[in-house]
Amino acid sequence: MTVELAFWILSPLMVGAALAVVLLRDIFRAALLLVLSFFAVAGIYVTLNADFLAAVQVLIYAGAIGILLIFAIMLTRNVKEGNPFNRLKIPALVVSLLVLATVIGVIVSTDWTTVSKVSQSVVVPLDQPTTGYIATALFDQNKGFVLPFEIASVLLLAALIGAIVLVRDRNSKE
Amino acid sequence: MHFGLEYYLVLAAVLFSIGLYGALAKRNAVAILMCIEIMLNAVNIALVAFSRYLVPNVVLLTGQVFAIFVITVAAAEAAVGLAIIIAIYRSRQSVDVEQVDSMKE
Repeated sequence: MTVELAFWILSPLMVGAALAVVLLRDIFRAALLLVLSFFAVAGIYVTLNADFLAAVQVLIYAGAIGILLIFAIMLTRNVKEGNPFNRLKIPALVVSLLVLATVIGVIVSTDWTTVSKVSQSVVVPLDQPTTGYIATALFDQNKGFVLPFEIASVLLLAALIGAIVLVRDRNSKE
Repeated sequence: MHFGLEYYLVLAAVLFSIGLYGALAKRNAVAILMCIEIMLNAVNIALVAFSRYLVPNVVLLTGQVFAIFVITVAAAEAAVGLAIIIAIYRSRQSVDVEQVDSMKE
């Protein structure tokens, strides 16, 4: 089956790229591999029938956030230090393996029952593109997310102003 | 076990643990921010997987809408986080989180 094949190609690529982000000594290569793992996540979204989200993932994560991270690495470049571990290397490994074991145990032991129909949410048939339906799901008067959408726009404005205020050079003030 | 929700959830759990390990064990602040982005991506995969597999043969859009909000907040967080890192680098010429401890003294 095509979806299954795509999953088995994309998920090792994604996990390998994410591992390389953590383990590589060169932080610039780590950032490039992070962008690769973002692209693989977009592919995973395609296997889950989330075409609009795949496009958003490529635009915002692989495009905007990737470029932003590379900019930050260039501006704070410290070749000698690279991307080292701190002294919590072993405890952090133990903690994250414990978290992984717990979560996988819960996932495997839970009986994920599916429901046959839902009343409060927008549903899309599997052979349809989701973009138009997402507009309905976001902006519908009864079951939409209009207030969270407006709050998100205020959050973006606050982040924009905050970022400008934080990096402004205070010495050059006239 | 046939191919389905559990595979995506395990993938999300693996990706989340990798991000958690990096966020706890790295010294470079930009690397920590990159690992946080990996963790947010893992959560998004879980949300979208639930939206696909909760009801058989249709896509339930609420999970995808939640993922869109997570992406929005992640973009804001990346912008502010990197601005803070650049401000710290300006004042200290370093992005090592173990040296940013002036509030401890």
